[in-house]
Amino acid sequence: MLKNSKFVVLMLALLGAHANAELVIDVQGMAQPTPVAIVPFGWGGNAPDMPLDVAELINNDLRRSGRFAPISEDDMLQKPTSGEDVDFDDWGYVGVEAVVVGSVAQTGENAYTLQFQLFDVFGRRQLVGYRMPASRGTMRAAAHRAADMIYEKLTGIKGVFGTKVAYVTATRQGEGRLYSLRVSDQDGENEHTIMESSDPIMSPAWSPDSRQLAYVSFEENKSSIFVQTLRTGNRFKVSSKPGINGAPAFSPDGRQLVVTLGGIDGNLDIYTLDVTSRQTRRLTTHRAIDTEGTWSPDGRHIYFTSDRAGGPQVYRVSANGGTPERITFEGSYNARPRLSPDGTRLAVVHNDRGNFRIAVMNLTDKNLLVLSTGRQDESPSFAPNSDILIYATRQGRDGVLETVSADGLIRQKMASGRGDVREPVWSPFPRF
Amino acid sequence: MSYTKFVAVGLLAVFLAACQGSPSVPDPEPTDTTYGDSGASTGGMGEGGMGDGEFLDDPSAGELGMVIYFDFDSSEVRPQDQDLVSRHAVQLGDKTHVSVRLEGHADERGSREYNIGLGERRAQAVRQMLMIQGVSASQISTVSFGEERPASFGSSEADYAQNRRVEIKYTN
Repeated sequence: MLKNSKFVVLMLALLGAHANAELVIDVQGMAQPTPVAIVPFGWGGNAPDMPLDVAELINNDLRRSGRFAPISEDDMLQKPTSGEDVDFDDWGYVGVEAVVVGSVAQTGENAYTLQFQLFDVFGRRQLVGYRMPASRGTMRAAAHRAADMIYEKLTGIKGVFGTKVAYVTATRQGEGRLYSLRVSDQDGENEHTIMESSDPIMSPAWSPDSRQLAYVSFEENKSSIFVQTLRTGNRFKVSSKPGINGAPAFSPDGRQLVVTLGGIDGNLDIYTLDVTSRQTRRLTTHRAIDTEGTWSPDGRHIYFTSDRAGGPQVYRVSANGGTPERITFEGSYNARPRLSPDGTRLAVVHNDRGNFRIAVMNLTDKNLLVLSTGRQDESPSFAPNSDILIYATRQGRDGVLETVSADGLIRQKMASGRGDVREPVWSPFPRF
Repeated sequence: MSYTKFVAVGLLAVFLAACQGSPSVPDPEPTDTTYGDSGASTGGMGEGGMGDGEFLDDPSAGELGMVIYFDFDSSEVRPQDQDLVSRHAVQLGDKTHVSVRLEGHADERGSREYNIGLGERRAQAVRQMLMIQGVSASQISTVSFGEERPASFGSSEADYAQNRRVEIKYTN
């Protein structure tokens, strides 16, 4: 009788429409970003313009990283579109350290070739050159991939421009709210709605192959955990036991979830759940709240939040069970642990003199660094290169997304213009 | 307004009508009358202004008795609310075919899934109190919405106090 809840599951593939997520770039920190030049790309095709301004996209990617200062087109003395025409003296005179040239050629009705070359101006040599096929539908991904290759050559750090972010939005709808689970490119573009409901949606988590999202939905006034395949929209209810079904996170091999189950008596504990067989295994047994489990990248441990010592702190337990070990000690509140994919750091929500902020603890020396500056920051999630985090912060009454470099030096705000945005989770690296 | 909510309010009026001796509960007879006529009465007063009639009790006032508020970082039912829980226990003890859903909530501070835990703890505190007073476990279900369904959308202490709550919802 409780058909009060309305929800819609959507296929990623069918919703190609561009939602133009407004991106407010507000890069702070890093006094001396490296000057570079991304020369407008050449175009050889039937239409007057290329399907996507590739140079502009690469320019934006590099600029938003905070590590580069691409010069304006007006300051370029030449605009070559192929490596043979690059005059290193001109670029040295302009003062850039690296220059990118390239072109897009049409090879069929919906077939293109994107090529680019990156040059070291002082060394007078090519650092990387690459050619890749693309369609109108994949041109944006191809351009981000080019930006990733350029970024990695110049910094030694893998780029994450080709990755995605999943998040939940809540917008007012009549007397209630409409909750949406969405996925966009990491720059806020190319946004798709995965699932919509008049009841809360929480805790999205990526599968390691980026093809599925696990999440919690409160359809019919009860929490259940679903796993949904993005491309098809097919979803499976993997846990809907009495009481709380919450906080899913995939194991590194994608076969299991760590989840929080509360049972009829509401005692939240950590369990593993086999995604195929739905078999559960209890990992913690304590009267306290144990929740927000996450796997270590090597799959050996599960880190989780527990208030067994009073306030919430982070503990870890062997993935095979055993006695939990306390990990965080600094401050009265450390919750929602997430490990960097390289396994060296732990991100938490930390109570910093009354403000809830994102902090990162170095697991070796146990030093805790507060990275964010809000009052109510939450849901930290590492980019797959371990170098950047995304989290939700407040702007007025609404949540907005922010990213920060793991050293705290570069911070930027993403404004989606879509109501209250929360719980961002950064996808793994795409697989080509 | 959803069907579910309408039913809950209707039952509430009946239950509270049967309650006696508590200062915040209206007398049985006027409450019944009030509830049955309230929609039309309210509309009429809006159109025609104030006449010689008498004030009718607001049926939605009873809904306040369906929410229990909690102190910061606490899942203890406050002494002033224990009587309210007991009145629900009496109703449920008398009408064993009726069920309640206890919806626990937290304020927005801190992490979301941990707040689900805090909301559940509050719902369980009310559940235990009902069970101690004889309500059958099979009549009670709990759900925690954590900070996901705030009653008040601000970030002041007053908003937080409104949001740390358990809502008692009669489900059949």
